[in-house]
Amino acid sequence: MAAKRKTPIKTRNPDLIRGVGKYSRSKMYHKRGLWAIKAKNGGVFPRHDPQPKAPSAAEKPPKFYPADDVKKPLLNKRKPKPTKLRASITPGTVLILLAGRFMGKRVVFLKQLTSGLLLVTGPFKINGVPLRRVNQSYVIATSTKIDISGVNADKFDDKYFTKEGVKKKKKNEGEFFEAEKEDKKKLPEDKKEDQKVVDASLLKSIEGVPDLKAYLAARFSLKSGMKPHELVF
Amino acid sequence: MPFKRYVEIGRVALVNYGKDYGKLVVIVDVVDQNRALVDAPDMVRSQMNFKRLTLTDIKIDINRVPKKKTLIDAMEKADVKNKWENSSWGRKLIVQKRRALLNDFGRFKLMLAKIKKAGIVRQELAKLKKETAA
Repeated sequence: MAAKRKTPIKTRNPDLIRGVGKYSRSKMYHKRGLWAIKAKNGGVFPRHDPQPKAPSAAEKPPKFYPADDVKKPLLNKRKPKPTKLRASITPGTVLILLAGRFMGKRVVFLKQLTSGLLLVTGPFKINGVPLRRVNQSYVIATSTKIDISGVNADKFDDKYFTKEGVKKKKKNEGEFFEAEKEDKKKLPEDKKEDQKVVDASLLKSIEGVPDLKAYLAARFSLKSGMKPHELVF
Repeated sequence: MPFKRYVEIGRVALVNYGKDYGKLVVIVDVVDQNRALVDAPDMVRSQMNFKRLTLTDIKIDINRVPKKKTLIDAMEKADVKNKWENSSWGRKLIVQKRRALLNDFGRFKLMLAKIKKAGIVRQELAKLKKETAA
């Protein structure tokens, strides 16, 4: 392979329209300087003999031929792009959750995690929604923004929220009835502490705005006469 | 019950259908049984079906098809804008427009205000009832 040029080569023959160059064959011959190359080489275009190829290793016949011809699936080099965050969702926006256990709750958006899910908190003291991941599609973004500068959400990522591996227990008849009374998993203390730390600075900014605390505590619902396509959120 | 608002030259009307919905226009001429020539300071003079207009109480003093400048001066003299915005119909429209633009937080605060007002009214009513009962 010849060495690559520092800048990719621009054609010396610009297109007048697609398919029609500005210069004729003879003009291009002159422009490319083929006459100078020939002159340097005594009137003949220089020709190089092919470079000797390095000896390739001798190919052995394969040991195993499969019985059926199985088609190999095509190679997929697709890299999924990170989920695009809607322009209306910025850190500190109040979001309305549309599905799940906390349907209708108004909640504060903290940041988008690498998986594309949104990190969200109630705050817990106001409406019972803990630090939680939520999908962008199940959320309405309102235009109300809260000052979130005092919150440090760097330590929260997708790994923080994954469930720990559940150990499989063998059940035989006698233990079947006892196994049903498994005690509920308790939330570890450090997660409760994290929640308190995040909520402390949020609560201060929330209490600075009149009625905002009651707003976050209330659930959203569609009343008679409300047309969602005409509502401004 | 006789009619009180007549279609006449100078009658101010509200457009209730079409591209100019919600605008106040002045009838400057009558084309035929169904259509009027209509003009406003911020639009090109055009014909409109009477069915697209709702007459208001306001009338201004102009001749048939005045020039734009004359029309604007006449509207200023009759103070159409203020008369409209202070009339109960005009005020209702303004409130409707403002409420349509409220965001979710605004609607919540509106609900709190309504509840508070109703509570105060009910208190006063209870007081009055007690006085008349006594």
